[in-house]
Amino acid sequence: MQRRQRSETPKQQIHHKNQTDLSAWRKGKKSDPETSVQSHESPNDQKNDSKQDSLEEALSYFEKVQDRVSLKKNNALQKHLTTVESIALQKGLPPEGFDVLLKVALSGKLADTVNTRLLKSLVPASVIPETSVVSSVSLLCVSKCSGSTQLLFLRWLITMFDFIDHKEQLHALYGFFFSFLQDEKMCPYVCHLLYLLTRKESVKPFRIRKLLDLQAKMGMQSHLQALLSLYKLFCPELVTIALPGKMKTYFKNSEGPWKAAINAVRRRNQENSPVLKPLVLGTAQPQSRKRKWNTQVIIPASSANRNNLEEDREKKLVNLYSMDESFPVEQLQTFSQLLQNIHRLEFPSQMGSVLTNPLLLHYMNCIKDESIYLRLYYWMGQTLQEECTWCVADNSQYEEEFKDFLETVYKTECFLQEGFSSCEEFLYKSLPLWDGFCCRPQVLRLVSWIPLSTFSEVKSHLYDPLVQLFFTSSLYFKCSVLESLKELLQNWLNWHVIHSDSEADSQAHSLNTTLSGLVNTVAELIHFVGWISTVALHLENNHTFLLYFILDFYETVCDMYLRYNLPLLIMPPAGVFYPALLSMDSVSLNQLCYIMYRYRTNLVAAKENELSKKKILQFKFSSQTYQEYNQYIVAMVGCLWTSSAFQKDTHPQGLRMDDELLQKTAVQEFKSSFNIVYHPAMMGYALLFLQQAWPEDTTFNFSLIKGKRWNWYLEYLYAQGLKGLKVFIESSINRVSQASHSKAENVQV
Amino acid sequence: MESADGAARTLPSIRRLSRGPPFGRAQGWLGLSHGGQLLSPPTPHSQENADPQRTAFLLRKQWALYSVTPLYKFCNAHLRDYARLLSAFIAAEKQKGLAVEVGVELDIKVAVTSIPDLKGSDRDQAAILVQLSLRSPASPKNSEEKLVWSGCFCCVFGDHLSENVPEDFTCLPLFLVNGAESYTSLVGSWFQKTFDCCFRRLAISPLNLSWMAAMWTGCKVDKTTSAVELVFSVPCLPYPLDISYAIHPEDAKALWDTVQKTPGEITQEEVDVFMDCLYSHFHRHFKIHLSATKLVKVSTAVASAHCDGMIKFLQSKYLTGLLMLLTELAISQIQ
Repeated sequence: MQRRQRSETPKQQIHHKNQTDLSAWRKGKKSDPETSVQSHESPNDQKNDSKQDSLEEALSYFEKVQDRVSLKKNNALQKHLTTVESIALQKGLPPEGFDVLLKVALSGKLADTVNTRLLKSLVPASVIPETSVVSSVSLLCVSKCSGSTQLLFLRWLITMFDFIDHKEQLHALYGFFFSFLQDEKMCPYVCHLLYLLTRKESVKPFRIRKLLDLQAKMGMQSHLQALLSLYKLFCPELVTIALPGKMKTYFKNSEGPWKAAINAVRRRNQENSPVLKPLVLGTAQPQSRKRKWNTQVIIPASSANRNNLEEDREKKLVNLYSMDESFPVEQLQTFSQLLQNIHRLEFPSQMGSVLTNPLLLHYMNCIKDESIYLRLYYWMGQTLQEECTWCVADNSQYEEEFKDFLETVYKTECFLQEGFSSCEEFLYKSLPLWDGFCCRPQVLRLVSWIPLSTFSEVKSHLYDPLVQLFFTSSLYFKCSVLESLKELLQNWLNWHVIHSDSEADSQAHSLNTTLSGLVNTVAELIHFVGWISTVALHLENNHTFLLYFILDFYETVCDMYLRYNLPLLIMPPAGVFYPALLSMDSVSLNQLCYIMYRYRTNLVAAKENELSKKKILQFKFSSQTYQEYNQYIVAMVGCLWTSSAFQKDTHPQGLRMDDELLQKTAVQEFKSSFNIVYHPAMMGYALLFLQQAWPEDTTFNFSLIKGKRWNWYLEYLYAQGLKGLKVFIESSINRVSQASHSKAENVQV
Repeated sequence: MESADGAARTLPSIRRLSRGPPFGRAQGWLGLSHGGQLLSPPTPHSQENADPQRTAFLLRKQWALYSVTPLYKFCNAHLRDYARLLSAFIAAEKQKGLAVEVGVELDIKVAVTSIPDLKGSDRDQAAILVQLSLRSPASPKNSEEKLVWSGCFCCVFGDHLSENVPEDFTCLPLFLVNGAESYTSLVGSWFQKTFDCCFRRLAISPLNLSWMAAMWTGCKVDKTTSAVELVFSVPCLPYPLDISYAIHPEDAKALWDTVQKTPGEITQEEVDVFMDCLYSHFHRHFKIHLSATKLVKVSTAVASAHCDGMIKFLQSKYLTGLLMLLTELAISQIQ
């Protein structure tokens, strides 16, 4: 439930406490350039001074004014009234002005028209002193003024509520205001005022009974509903109400005549003025459509958990941290409120509502309480199962709602940076039934948050159903699966980094999440992706788009040791490496170069650590990893640089071919056909390079690129954005002399 | 054979199955464990200590089944307060927009009571019965109240759920409802809001129905008048067609006794054999493969159950066992 913000900035209080009279106020104006009311332009200062003088005069006039002065006949009254009005509407009135003007307006000394004009001009420059409000309420109680003036005063009080500097004494008058409910005309405004004033201790059984009597007399009235529902919020054990879903505002706009003036003053006075928020009750949740009562895809509204029952009250006398102390979640609107009340905040009665409330999610992050997660676990698990559009028949019409729900769950997981186990179970249960189409982006995003802890289940529950869909679905589906598996890997690795840092408080380390368990699970995922990537490249004819997503995955894999501190490196399978190496596309080749460079950096770092034995390493990379890397690097350098791939490649699935066989292809210069000049992915660059270097030559003689020109060509390639190629060549190719590229050797680790 | 809308052709239901010699009638307990074995309740608490009168309200009524996740911060000491709050809640919901004082006399009286007799082991929570009755508006003093709705939360041998749950939670995973859906929705929403729990209809799968058919067939019942009736629904037809297959209880029991190897224990294989025998008999007469249809309802002298999640208990003797089985199904739905 959103209530109007009651802000009292301490600055204002201090500022005005010692201003006892008008002249002091004026002095203060001059001496303090920060004072908000003051206009800063110096040419106006004199004008302002004269204005202040006339306001001072006007106020002293109204202070001394005698009974029944007629406006028409009295020029002095006319003049002073106009002064007050013009100053008030332009800049607002000083705090000291309110006491005088409220007294005269409510005393009934002057005609109603004057009273109305006075009240309408009561716009504060900064704050309104509480004392002036209290004394005017006492005048209201003796009812010297007319009914319309009374109403106008109440509306003024509601509008200006947030400008009143203190409210303690005003709270003490709660009973007086409550008695005004009797008056039928005043009732709506009094309800609004009470709504602003009500605290938990104001809710008393006799007041509830009085309000229910009024309700019986007047029927359903929105202002009574609002007040009663606030009472219900504070004391659900005493009264209850179900608000109709349609209503939005419960009080008529009462700030009417002052709105423009307040806005004008606020514009001059921006930092300090409280923000007027529209009053909206949040307890009535909109029902989206006619659905079953136990349908829960609608995330419940936050509502305080108050099983505040009679039996508990005895205990409460002993309990210091009793329910009275708690801060209702409905009133939690800002982060600073959260910080101030974090010790006395309760979770809402239905945990599901935290999903849409970032403040409560922050709070959830701070509180390590099993029951919070259990409540969320049950609610989410049941909702996901019940609403799943492909598991439950007849749900298909609600696909949009379910999508939104999955989206919300995913966002929450991102916010908390952890996956929900209920979500994981849901995926395991529903993926075998999934058509790969319904809510695809949402489902695949949820996959990326499957928690690491339960690796034994991942294969049969995730990989098996996913692989069936993967092989039978479109290229784009394949790419999205790879994308979400990359994110899954990154989430696991991030989790590992965070938790290995906080190893000291090792409660998070359950049995399943030992380092060897983690390494096994991650290795399993990488091997799985390697396998499906190999098959997918076959199926899709080495599609560039697909290759991009696969290499993107390996960009994370090749850096696991250095970036995520995980003692594991796995090379891509030959079915990925060779299609990338021989790709028709320079993007893929460049990406592969970058990946191989990072592999090298990681492997070198690992070897150094191993040799220096700084740490006793629990895990060593197997020699097989180094061997695989070396095989690939030989093939790569052979292809791109030394034009010896067909001879030197030692990988069993590699490019090694006999010269006789190659000669049968009738390709001339077959040896160099994959170097950085002739490689199909690079030939375009070579062509452009030739065009720029020898514009007159139209024979496209690629063999011109050698010696010095080879180096120019390299510089040209780097300038074209092939950064991956650059770091690869600079790190992996040992160029004996800059001039003779033919002597370059590949660097093995 | 009967169709649901009465438009389809009907066949006389089969009254007699091949009559075999009456085998020794070993009595089996009802209940399914995770392993798929039929077990006797570890300690037949309610059979010995319980007063059958206290649970008699469950008999001979149709109950709709729901599963309920553990109730958060539910306290048995506050039942009277819960009743007051719930009755005010119902009144407020019925006249949306009008506030209702908690604790005053309202048209609908709510009683929330505990039934300690209705549980399996001592580790189970006592069942909670919620009853709504209408006061006659004409004479409020008359104390004439008409029971319009009852709902019963219970847990019979649900240890494996409750032992994994912290103290703040109360495990009563099975919710039985008799009465109008509108009241169910009101009471259910109040429980959802107050104790942060979730309700779901508890459907009974054809597999579980066939278990029930086998188990109940084997039960010893004093009066064996009512037939064992199985209702099958034929899928993929433009109009609904149900096939009702009725068997004389003694014949069914005789068949079951030849199938069951160890008294007091049932295996999935035995259930399959039992159903297959019934199917092949039916096929011999009508050339219809019942295995291609869906079992939707089982009724015996012990109880009757519908796949939509409706159950009717007929024998107090087997009540605990039945509730244990249903508790099991409810737990598997919420976990």
